[in-house]
Amino acid sequence: MEKIFCDIRKCLGCKSCEIACGVEHSTSKNIFKSIREEKKPRQRVIVRSTTKEPFPLRCHHCEEAPCIEACMSGAMYKDEKGVTRHDPDKCVGCWMCIMVCPFGAISRQESLALKCDLCPDREDSFACVEACPTKALFAGTWDEFKKRLGQEKR
Amino acid sequence: MKKQDKSIDKASQELLEIAEREGIDTAWERYEAMVPQCGFGELGLCCRNCLLGPCRIDPFEEGPQKGVCGATPEIIAARNLTRMIAAGASAHSDHGRDVAHTLLLAAQGKTEGYGIKDEDKLLSLANELGIKTNRRDKKEIAKEVAEKVFSEFGQQHGELQFSHRAPEKRQALWRKLGIMPRGIDREIVEVMHRTSIGVDNDPENLITHGMKTALGDGWGGSMIATELSDVLFGTPRPIRAKVNLGVLKEDEVNLVVHGHEPTLSDVIVTASQDKELIELAKKNGAKGINLAGICCTANEILMRHGIPIAGNFLQQELAITTGAVDLMLVDVQCVMPGLSSVARCFHTKIVSTSPKAKFPGAEHVEFNEEEALPIAKKIVRMAVENFKNRMKEKVNIPKVKMDLVAGFTAESVFKFLGGRYRATYRPLNDAIINGRLRGAAAIVGCNNPKIKQDWGHVEMAKELIKNDVLVVVTGCSAIANAKAGLLKPEAAFQYAGKGLQEICQAVGVPPVLHVGSCVDNSRILITLCNVVNEGGLGEDISELPVAGAAPEWMSEKAVAIAFYVVASGVFTVLGNPFPILGSREVTELLTRRLTEVVGANFAFESDPIKAAQLMIDHINKKREALKLKPVMYEKEEVLVK
Ligand code: SF4
Ligand code: SF4
Repeated sequence: MEKIFCDIRKCLGCKSCEIACGVEHSTSKNIFKSIREEKKPRQRVIVRSTTKEPFPLRCHHCEEAPCIEACMSGAMYKDEKGVTRHDPDKCVGCWMCIMVCPFGAISRQESLALKCDLCPDREDSFACVEACPTKALFAGTWDEFKKRLGQEKR
Repeated sequence: MKKQDKSIDKASQELLEIAEREGIDTAWERYEAMVPQCGFGELGLCCRNCLLGPCRIDPFEEGPQKGVCGATPEIIAARNLTRMIAAGASAHSDHGRDVAHTLLLAAQGKTEGYGIKDEDKLLSLANELGIKTNRRDKKEIAKEVAEKVFSEFGQQHGELQFSHRAPEKRQALWRKLGIMPRGIDREIVEVMHRTSIGVDNDPENLITHGMKTALGDGWGGSMIATELSDVLFGTPRPIRAKVNLGVLKEDEVNLVVHGHEPTLSDVIVTASQDKELIELAKKNGAKGINLAGICCTANEILMRHGIPIAGNFLQQELAITTGAVDLMLVDVQCVMPGLSSVARCFHTKIVSTSPKAKFPGAEHVEFNEEEALPIAKKIVRMAVENFKNRMKEKVNIPKVKMDLVAGFTAESVFKFLGGRYRATYRPLNDAIINGRLRGAAAIVGCNNPKIKQDWGHVEMAKELIKNDVLVVVTGCSAIANAKAGLLKPEAAFQYAGKGLQEICQAVGVPPVLHVGSCVDNSRILITLCNVVNEGGLGEDISELPVAGAAPEWMSEKAVAIAFYVVASGVFTVLGNPFPILGSREVTELLTRRLTEVVGANFAFESDPIKAAQLMIDHINKKREALKLKPVMYEKEEVLVK
C-alpha cells in the first residue's frame, strides 16, 4: 500500500509538514484563515528530535498495528486498503493507543485520539509530502522508498 | 500554472510558451516549485535575530508560543516587519544619496556626464533650504544644495527639511507622536538596534518607530532622489512613448537598461546617440541602436527622454527570452539573480555596473560618476559588438506594444488643469469639491507571481476610473497600466466614468497618470500637500478623499512606501498581506487601530476589484466627512448600496 515515508537524513526540522497538516485539516484550507478558525485545526504530524537529529512523528499505518489491538472500543481499525483508521464516534479517550504506539504517532484533541488520516480531502497527494522543502518526506510503497534511498548519492 | 494564469500580458504569455518549450526557468516556475511556502514565514512567526534561535511559533497554538528569549508572536511579527521597513527605506535612501553625490560632482566640475538641467528647480530648492541664490553661480548654489542635502542623511537631531512641506496639522501630529524623522540614516540604524535581541519588545512602539523610519524615506531619501534627479536630468514633462516587449527591434542593436538609478541610464541615453557608435552598429549589420528599459530606471528615462519601456519586473527574464537583447545593463534593486542563467541560453550579455550589486555570471563594468560618459560608451560598444552573435533562429520578439503618455509631475499635470496661463491646483480641487471627480487614488508597486502579472494593477485601475476616481501610477504598476493602454488619453472614453471623462477631455490627459519611478511616489506626497494647501478639502492629508494601493507588491521597498503613505494619512490596500497575520495584535493595530493614531490604516485584499471597492468606500466616507456635494455622475447601483 502507498504510505508516507521519511528519509530522516534529510529532515531539517523546519516543521513545514506540521503547518501543512494543520492547514489541510482546517475548514478553510487557507493558512491565513485557518489560524483564526474557532476550532483550531490540529496537526497530526509532529516534528521532534532526540539528541540533535530532527524527525517527524507520524502514523506508519503498521501492518500489525498495536493501537488496534489495544483499542477496547474498536475505534481504531484497518480499512480495506490497510490504512489504520480512527473512528471518533467510537473513541472513549482511554489513551491505550497512545500508550502502545511505538512511534508516538497519536495525540489528543480534547477527549479523542488524533492521528494521520492520509488527507481524506485530497485525491492523490499528501499535504505534508508536498510541503517538505527537502523532499525528505516521500509517498509511495515500501519498495519504491527503498529504491529511492538506494538512488540517493549521499 | 497555465500561461493565462501567469500573466494577462500577451507578450508575456507568448514568451512564457517559448520559455517552457526551451526549458527556461522563470520566476513563475521557481515560485511553483516553492509552493507551499513556509507557513511560519508567511505568518511572520519565525525569528533569526539571535543565536538562541532560530525560533518559530506554532500558529495553531499547540507547540511553542514563545521564542527562547520569551518573544511572543506579537513581538516577532512586529520586529520582522519593522526590519522590512528599514531595508526598504535604505534602498530608496541610498539611491537618493547617489543622486546627491552626482549633483555634488557635477557642481564641482568633476564629471562631464552631468550638468544642471533644471535651474528653476535648483533655485527653488536652494530657497527652501535657506541657501542664498542672489548673484551666485549656479554651480556654487548646486554645491551647497548637494552638501545640505547630504547632511540630512547623517543628521542626528532636528527635522528633515522636506518634511516641512507637509501640512502644518500633519507635522504637528508627527511631532506629538514623536515620529518626525531626525535623520534618514539615524532612524534606519535605530530600527536595527531596536529589533535586535532584548531591546524593543513592544509591538506598537516598534511599529511607531517603523513609521518614523518610513517617513524619513518618503519625505527624505525618496524625495531627495526625485528632486535632485529633476535638477540634474530635467523635470519631466508629458511625453509620448511606447511600451512592451514589442519595442525591441529585430534589425537594431537592443540595449536594455534595468534597475533603478537614473545616474547611469541617463548617460546611456546620450551614449546610445553617439554618431561613432551608431556607425559601428551599422558596420556590424544593425540599422541602429535601440535603447529600452525595465523597472524604474526605465521609468526615469521614459519620463525625461521618451525612451521606450520593454517591460516590468516579471518581464526581465522574458526580455532575454526574446533572444534579441544584445546587452542588459543592470545597476541596483529588483534585478533577479536568475537573469544570468536565462542569458546563458542566448547570446545576451548581462553587465553589472554598481559596486554594490554584483551578479553571478554577469560581466562587471564598474560605473563611477566621474567617468560616466566614457563608461557608458564602453557599455554601448559592448552591446554593438555583441549584435553579430545574435542567433537569428532564436529571435522571437512578440508583436505587442502600446502607446502611452508619461511624464506627469506635481508641477506639471495638475497645473494644466488650470490652463497653461493660470497654473494652479484650483480646478483639481474644484472638480473634487463639486463631485465631477470622486477623488484620487495611487496604484504603485511591483509584480509578484502570487498574483497574475498586471491583473491586480489593471483591474484595479479600471474599476477606479470607472467610478470617477483619478488614478496616478508609478513603478511597475505604471508599466502594467501602460501596457494595458490605460495611459493613452483615449482610454478615458473607453474606461472612465463620465466625470473623469469630461476632465480628461478638457485637459487632454489620460485617466491614469504616470508620475514616475518608485522614488517618485514622493511626487504624490507633494501633490497631496498642494491639494491641501489649495484649500476646500480639509487641513490634513488624512481628510482628503484619496487612497493608495499596491496590489502586486513584493519588495521591502513597498513596505517602506506603504508605511510612509499611511503615516502621511492615506488609507492603503495591499494585495498580499504583510507577513504579520500570525500576530493578532499587530494585525489589529495595522488594519484598525492605526486610524486613531495617524488617521489612516491598512487593508489586505488580493482581489483587485474588491480592493478598489474598499478604496471607493473610503473615498466616499471622506467626502461625507468633508460634506462635499454628491458625486455628479453617481451610478444608481452605487447609490442603492
Ligand atoms: S497509530 Fe501508531 S500503532 Fe497505530 S498504526 Fe499508526 S503508527 Fe502503528
Ligand atoms: S531573538 Fe528571541 S525569538 Fe528571535 S531567535 Fe533569538 S531567542 Fe529566538
